[in-house]
Amino acid sequence: MADVSRQTSQSQSGQSLGDIAMVPVRLAMGVIDAPLRWVQKTFGLGGMAAFFLLPNMLIFGIFVLLPFFINFAYSMTGGTALFLSDRSFVGADQYTRLFDCSNYLNPNTCAEDTFWTAVSNTGWFVILQVTLMIGVSLVTALILNRDLRARSFWRAVFFFPVLLSPVVVGLIWKWILQRQGLLNFGLFGFGFEPHVWLNDRNWAFAATIGVSIWAHMGFYTLIILAGLQAIPRDLYEAAEMDGTRAMRVFTRITLPLLMPNLLVVIVLVLIRAVQIFDEVYVLTGGGPGTSTLFVTQYIYETGFAAQLRNPGLAAAASILMGLVLVVLTLMQLGLSRSSEKKGARK
Amino acid sequence: MSRAIEFLFRRKGGKGWHWTDIVTWVWLIVGLFVMFGPAVWLTASSFKSPAALAEFPPTILPYVTQKVTVEGYDKPLDLYTVTLEDGSTATLAEVRRIGTVSQMVDPAKPAEIVKVNIAKRTPIRQMSFATENYTEPFTHFDFVRYLWNSVFVTVTATLITLVVNSMAAFALSKYEFRGRTFAMLLILATLMVPLSVIMVPLYSIVSALGLFNNLWGVILPTVATPTGVFILRQYMLTIPDELLDAARMDKASEWQIYWRIILPLTAPALAVLAIFSVVWRWNDFLWPLIVLSRKELYTLQVGLSIYSGELNVQWHFILAMTVVTMIPVVLVFLFLQRFITAGIAGTGLK
Repeated sequence: MADVSRQTSQSQSGQSLGDIAMVPVRLAMGVIDAPLRWVQKTFGLGGMAAFFLLPNMLIFGIFVLLPFFINFAYSMTGGTALFLSDRSFVGADQYTRLFDCSNYLNPNTCAEDTFWTAVSNTGWFVILQVTLMIGVSLVTALILNRDLRARSFWRAVFFFPVLLSPVVVGLIWKWILQRQGLLNFGLFGFGFEPHVWLNDRNWAFAATIGVSIWAHMGFYTLIILAGLQAIPRDLYEAAEMDGTRAMRVFTRITLPLLMPNLLVVIVLVLIRAVQIFDEVYVLTGGGPGTSTLFVTQYIYETGFAAQLRNPGLAAAASILMGLVLVVLTLMQLGLSRSSEKKGARK
Repeated sequence: MSRAIEFLFRRKGGKGWHWTDIVTWVWLIVGLFVMFGPAVWLTASSFKSPAALAEFPPTILPYVTQKVTVEGYDKPLDLYTVTLEDGSTATLAEVRRIGTVSQMVDPAKPAEIVKVNIAKRTPIRQMSFATENYTEPFTHFDFVRYLWNSVFVTVTATLITLVVNSMAAFALSKYEFRGRTFAMLLILATLMVPLSVIMVPLYSIVSALGLFNNLWGVILPTVATPTGVFILRQYMLTIPDELLDAARMDKASEWQIYWRIILPLTAPALAVLAIFSVVWRWNDFLWPLIVLSRKELYTLQVGLSIYSGELNVQWHFILAMTVVTMIPVVLVFLFLQRFITAGIAGTGLK
């Protein structure tokens, strides 16, 4: 392999810039090789496997697994100290505080009212956003799956916002929804008075849903489109020969065959929606008031941003959210496995 | 142009129009405006002066009122086209405005003040791109620093991601050893532990390691992505083991096999992971927001959000900085989009 590539590079006139840049890397790799040969000789292939796995496992261990387990300990301690060793054990107090409520449907009756406001906001957000997101992505995928000219261009159109950073997304829409913004300009043409959308509780909430759909629908459209393209063409051809109406083709062929794929997408959207934070934080900052405060922002503010930090309470809240996510992820894994099995049977 | 339109709209098979065709085209055209419009609008706005930004209704292109310096007045005055009482028009500069009456002067005769009803005058406007929106942040703010921090985090994290994940993927795809399934499950399980769940304890660990207010504190927790290991492992499984055995016969060490055989052959998957990683790290927000509290360490995303959250938002700078923040991602979109879409459709992971 290596010999072939060397010959071709020599046959060209001189060395390319990339080759010169690779020289120090080559040298470094050569220097590493000698001690590694010793490792291989002493510990065998198993030792080498451990060596290759080590950096990844170390980083996973320190930055994912360790915090995951510490989190439980954290949620049972109180005070404002950062390090676990300086914190006092309080048992289940943080959880009791979170659940201290005379009526769970009315956040004002709760000891930790912002938490329940965030939970109820997130609940409504998830219900509305997931429904709309699936609807919009499904329609877009169906349209992109038709016999279109320049399909890859149109696919790219809907995919564009997916790559934008949440901060940029938030700022773009903050700019459009402000008083002198594009939306008011458009409505002005129809004779509407300018409105400060993000200062209105209901409109701000609607904006978080709309903006998050705008930003992510291209991603789900792509996955649904892949599912649609896996449906055998001959089924549609048969339906066309029978003169089946478009609506009936959709409900009798497309939807049933797409279902496994669609279920996976629904759970994926759910997992993301439960954790919504970035775009909303930049767009509304959780306001006006607490009308767009969601659980992740509650955790962030309780743990880091509030005047009186309470890492224990934040940890307890994050574990509750983690539980929801674990259930959803297990659902997703189960669903994608069963859809794979179905695919294999076909 | 008309041929291009005809090409786009021509139906395959040449059959007539169905209602689904109309829905399709309405959806696509509306989609084109809704998806690209906001970013285009933001970019157009970023070239406007603060005065033009405050205007309502706004113009699409950046216009400013033409100004003129008149003898006897300190500040440059706005120029207007005025319809005079005798029906003729003249170009006058406005000195001040009282109610509906505007006091104006002819720049050629600065001593003589003409009173004009404001309905009789229209400002003379000219197109002008406020490029200082872009140049000033580079000198007045720590913008260059933020840019550099973002570039550093993105490049370093991506390089480490590629090395660390490809090594792990190599071990998990090409070696038989005790605990391999366990390691795979462990990596799989980390998919269930998103940042929002572990941010409190992760913060304490990063602080304990002395990485608080340190760019490495942003980089290290992100580099071992389960997605990366999966993409690379799936790809490496397709490389025949005979190739490795042949190299071992030639006395190649395991490190050489990884470095000289596996890595070059995995290049397509590495490229996909690199593209993903660049976009992820460039766009990261919540974790840098937590770890970085000193201004000179902010990444672009953190800096932008902090400045845009201030009481007195300097939108003309924010907009320009947002456009600069968008550039790398737009480049990825223009040139590498198909790799990403293929990657997503193939693995279902973002």
